Amino acid sequence: MSEEPKTPRSRLEPEPVSRRDVLGLMSLWAAASAMFFALVGMLRLPKAAVLSSPSKRFRVSLPQTLAAGEAFTPVGRNVAVYRDEQGVYAISRVCTHLGCIVKPTAEGFECPCHGSRYDRDGVVTKGPAPRPLEWLAVKEQGGALYVDEGASVAAGTKVKV
Amino acid sequence: MSVGTEEKIEQRGSALHEFWQNLKSTPKSFLDTAFRGGAPKTDRTRSTFVFGNVFFHLHSVRTHRWSLRWTTTWGLGIATFAAFLITLITGVLLMFYYKPSPDVAYQSIKDIHFVVPTGRFMRNIHRWAGNVMVITVLLHMARAFYTAAYRKPRQFNWLMGMALLVVTLGLSFTGYLLPWDQLAYWAITIGANIAASPQEITNALGITQHFDPGGMQRLILLGSDTVGPEALIRFYLLHVMILPLVLALIVAVHFWRVRKDGGLARPADADRRLGPAKGTYPIFTEQPKKTYQLAAIVRGRTPAVGNGPEGTVPSMPHLFYGELAVLMLTVLICVALALIANAPLKELANPGVPENPAKAPWYFLGLQELVSFSAFMGGIGIPTIVLLGLGLIPYLDRETAGTGEWFGGPGGKKLAWRSVWFGLISVLAIESFVIRFGWLREWFPHIPQLVITAINPGTLLTLAYGAYSVWCVKKYNSTRAGAMALFTCFLCGFVVLTVIGTYFRGPNWVFYWSPADWPGH
Ligand code: HEM
Ligand code: FES
Repeated sequence: MSEEPKTPRSRLEPEPVSRRDVLGLMSLWAAASAMFFALVGMLRLPKAAVLSSPSKRFRVSLPQTLAAGEAFTPVGRNVAVYRDEQGVYAISRVCTHLGCIVKPTAEGFECPCHGSRYDRDGVVTKGPAPRPLEWLAVKEQGGALYVDEGASVAAGTKVKV
Repeated sequence: MSVGTEEKIEQRGSALHEFWQNLKSTPKSFLDTAFRGGAPKTDRTRSTFVFGNVFFHLHSVRTHRWSLRWTTTWGLGIATFAAFLITLITGVLLMFYYKPSPDVAYQSIKDIHFVVPTGRFMRNIHRWAGNVMVITVLLHMARAFYTAAYRKPRQFNWLMGMALLVVTLGLSFTGYLLPWDQLAYWAITIGANIAASPQEITNALGITQHFDPGGMQRLILLGSDTVGPEALIRFYLLHVMILPLVLALIVAVHFWRVRKDGGLARPADADRRLGPAKGTYPIFTEQPKKTYQLAAIVRGRTPAVGNGPEGTVPSMPHLFYGELAVLMLTVLICVALALIANAPLKELANPGVPENPAKAPWYFLGLQELVSFSAFMGGIGIPTIVLLGLGLIPYLDRETAGTGEWFGGPGGKKLAWRSVWFGLISVLAIESFVIRFGWLREWFPHIPQLVITAINPGTLLTLAYGAYSVWCVKKYNSTRAGAMALFTCFLCGFVVLTVIGTYFRGPNWVFYWSPADWPGH
């Protein structure tokens, strides 16, 4: 074959990269990487920097008549607040399985969605929930009680008032 | 040359006359420019018509008689596409009134349902066509599988099909939120938390603070940490823009590939089995007009120049009549359903009180059943395994026996039945067991979550199906047999779990034989 360099190769079998293709390849890669970085830049947009949800901290005033171990559920908040001899504490009512709202019962909590059950301290006793219910931070400030749905504390943390 | 031109000029008459003539013939010349091949009256012009039209040319010009038999496809792919078109048209109509904002979304659906002329009818059709589409896409996949139509050269198209399946389910899921009623709100809350369920693993390992793919997925999906206005606008955008566009794009590739893969899969001896064609059998009699320079890149040894029809008939009209029939049938079914049953609309979404039971759309209730064992495994782990398995099928099964035939391949129908039994019995056994005795968390309250994630009814069932199918590979000495066993088992599992989730789960996801036994609430 080398003696007959004039024999044209088939157009369908491309030759090895020739010098004149290098520029073409370079521009191809330049375009591809430009588009790649543009894409990465665009992907940043859907991740919100500021969450639109309302403030997680709210004030509660427990009724005087609230019995020890009886759940108080502030309107519009998925939290159960309790008062007993050791103090005030708040347990999140958001199921740790898939986020349904659990219902306080005499034995503890039960979830309507896939049947998880928790005892009165929020420990899972049945069903698919992987973790205990969260205990939420309670603070006393200027004589008023505040619960922060966004801040969890160790189970068993009770605040003396 | 010049003489002719002069003559022409003489014959032309006045410019005004010519203007008038041109004006008169404009409708005809317009049609001629739009459809250049001329009226589709002969086989040749009909072929040109199919070939030259950007939409029709997704079909090949001629179709094999095997593809036209109802029993080859049951028209399921076309029915899926027809249902898609119906949702597209009715969906655009709904968009005239729907407002994607939590304050008004529910009210606007109510308006559509109760006030807008034909609004309820259109909403019903949209809802039922969406359901029909899910059913037909599943059946279509099953038919492509059971006729072994995914084999070479159709492997890639099988993958395109899987992408379509995922997008179809995505369309249904995103549409489910839009009414902003209780049903919608809680289904999407659960769905979004399933997206976050890798946390089940990262939490158990204690690395969620550093590495939280689940939380990231939910954040991107909802645009916030709860289902709220951001989530609604995102779902709306996905439902009316992104997913339909993606679906249309992939459908175009899917159809084009069917054509380029040589039409539908058929047995090697399809012609012999069909016997000689009845009645007229049109053949091109004209000599070809072209030289075939593209012949070099056409597959096969010899370009079929001026060849006989080889068991094919012109797509127009034969195939088109079939497609039209399926389209009309699909429309009929959707309209009938819309007249019989109204699309549901519950109370306004209430983020404080879940529906009880809170159920996803029916085709996700099988998954919801699995999710009630482990969120991660049921919602992400097992579906991923199933999708991976489906995607691998065409690359693992490289056999040739039985391509294009129902239940083709070693084992055949008998293996399919046997797998149905195995699939049904295993899923029923394991379900009865959990319903009767509960699972690990009840027996050992302090067991680590990772153990339950790994060992739960869902994973055990998957394992049983996998083991059975490996056994089938050995017994029949065939990968196809294993694939058939596995596919059939998963199909049975899907159906049983869906039925249980739909009909036998009541408040608190407790098993009830009938909704009549549900405690009043
Ligand atoms: C929106 C969804 C889909 C649409 C509109 C669609 C449409 C179609 C149509 C019209 C055909 C021609 C033959 C027929 O009607 O059966 C076809 C063929 C095919 N489809 Fe789909 N399809 C969809 C999803 C899927 C899925 C989920 C799979 C499987 C994973 C799949 C795999 C295939 C294969 C392998 C063929 C070739 C069959 C053969 O050669 O016999 N498609 N599709
Ligand atoms: S969300 Fe509570 S059990 Fe599933």
